[in-house]
Amino acid sequence: MSVILSIIYLIAAVTFIVGLKKLGHPDSAKSGNLIAAIGMGLAILGTIFIHDLQVPTIIYVLIGIAILLGTVIGWLIAIKVEMTKMPELVSLFNGFGGASATLIGIVEFGNSDIKTTSATIVATILSAIVIGAITFSGSLVAWGKLNGSVKSVIKIPSYNIINNIVIIGIIALSTYLVVLNIDSSILLYTILFAGLLYGVLFVLPIGGADMPVVISLLNSLTGIAAAITGVLYDNMVMLVGGILVGSAGIILTVAMCRAMNRTLFSVIFGSFTASAGPEGTNKALGSIKSTTASDSAIMMNYASNVIIVPGYGLAVAQAQHVIHELEELLTNKGVNVKYAIHPVAGRMPGHMNVLLAESNVDYGLLVEMDDINPQFSNADVVLVVGANDVVNPAAHNDPLSPIYGMPILDVENAKHIVVNKRSMKAGYAGIENELFYNAKTAMLFGDAKKVITDLVAEIKNM
Amino acid sequence: MKELIEFINNNLQIVYIIILAIFVGIEVIKSIPAVLHTPLMSGANALSGVVIVGAILVMLNSNSTDYLALGLGFTAVVLGVLNVVGGFAVTNRMLKMFKKKK
Repeated sequence: MSVILSIIYLIAAVTFIVGLKKLGHPDSAKSGNLIAAIGMGLAILGTIFIHDLQVPTIIYVLIGIAILLGTVIGWLIAIKVEMTKMPELVSLFNGFGGASATLIGIVEFGNSDIKTTSATIVATILSAIVIGAITFSGSLVAWGKLNGSVKSVIKIPSYNIINNIVIIGIIALSTYLVVLNIDSSILLYTILFAGLLYGVLFVLPIGGADMPVVISLLNSLTGIAAAITGVLYDNMVMLVGGILVGSAGIILTVAMCRAMNRTLFSVIFGSFTASAGPEGTNKALGSIKSTTASDSAIMMNYASNVIIVPGYGLAVAQAQHVIHELEELLTNKGVNVKYAIHPVAGRMPGHMNVLLAESNVDYGLLVEMDDINPQFSNADVVLVVGANDVVNPAAHNDPLSPIYGMPILDVENAKHIVVNKRSMKAGYAGIENELFYNAKTAMLFGDAKKVITDLVAEIKNM
Repeated sequence: MKELIEFINNNLQIVYIIILAIFVGIEVIKSIPAVLHTPLMSGANALSGVVIVGAILVMLNSNSTDYLALGLGFTAVVLGVLNVVGGFAVTNRMLKMFKKKK
């Protein structure tokens, strides 16, 4: 390999590290992203043009077309999509990366003479194919689940057993192929298919608040797949980039699990379903009280401390701009308004931050869970907009609840609670929320955007 | 087992890089505020598109009459670029919204 290319790869690897580091601070995040992108561009251009291979022009043309095609499509999707669709988009793009690794593995398998290739190389090729396939199908299922085209929780009978059989099958077949050096494309495609199947089975039963964890985990797996292909080509930039993403992704995944007080093991093997509490127990929780926009507006107008708890409902209703209007209006009237951000509110960690930043909410007003929790007892009114599981007191007092032990926002300590929801339907985790039956809680039913617009109009008239 | 030891011996440099990169990844991510988790995940996702380098190598090394390899390589490049460009563009769009109020 030419020295110049090696140096370019070295520079690219450094930009990845610096980029990721800068992404960790609000002020430098944008430049971090740009630096990493420039490094990636350098690595791509260097790979295409700096080598001593005899390459026919037609292949350069094909590479050019492929890059142009991917750039235009990728750019258009990224620019056009609504902010609320971001989480599933990340998952989709991640799946593409996995698919790319699988395709590379398949070509390399075809190119190598398996009978004479060393077992470690064959094992490397197979791992790239399998891990790529798992991330591809898994990410597509996650994408489908988040945009609603795949039903959120699908129970497969004895799914753990089936899942384990598939993964053991993959390992057994791969070992068989590697150890005996069998050059069989049927066996290869069986392994590929099993990998795809495993990805689907792996993500399908996972639901509720665990979805972000899965996306993060799949993201990390794509990095590992990229690193494995890097080993195959002895390519440093792929190796360093892939491993960086792999380890950073795992850390992020573990951090998210910790935020929900769950272990990675229980996320993967214990599907998050509404198993606790038989149907009808909600009757015992008492009755709910509903309220009107004008009543809630009066309450907030004369409050001194208001805390807004945003959730996925805010994103779905595209209510981030009106909520900012409400917050500004109240602030101008001398009310102290803050947003309480639960780490897993929405469909991804930081989802609410991104959404509220879109409507220019000052991020100093976004207070994280540990800092805001002691403040709820001072709050006159808490306005819960489209959040459910992250304010469910069952996490504190119901050991049978599937979310028991998950840290929540202690909304029930406030003097008054106004909950905006579209209906009494359960949240993403599919469980009842006793907060709604609390004597201090008033329900404000309706689409978040419409309800908040009404609130703004009412307060303006006061 | 013998194969594995041989592999490690032949690729000691790679083994070192893998281990050091793991620690760099952990250290770089460790203290990131939850506010930036989504853009970070998205940025890391764009970086995992580095697999495109391998896809380009596949195409460069393919024989121009090997249509299967070229076709698979072509698809791999398109998907890889989608991952890279889409990933960085989405991250940039998210980050554009993090600005302080004057």
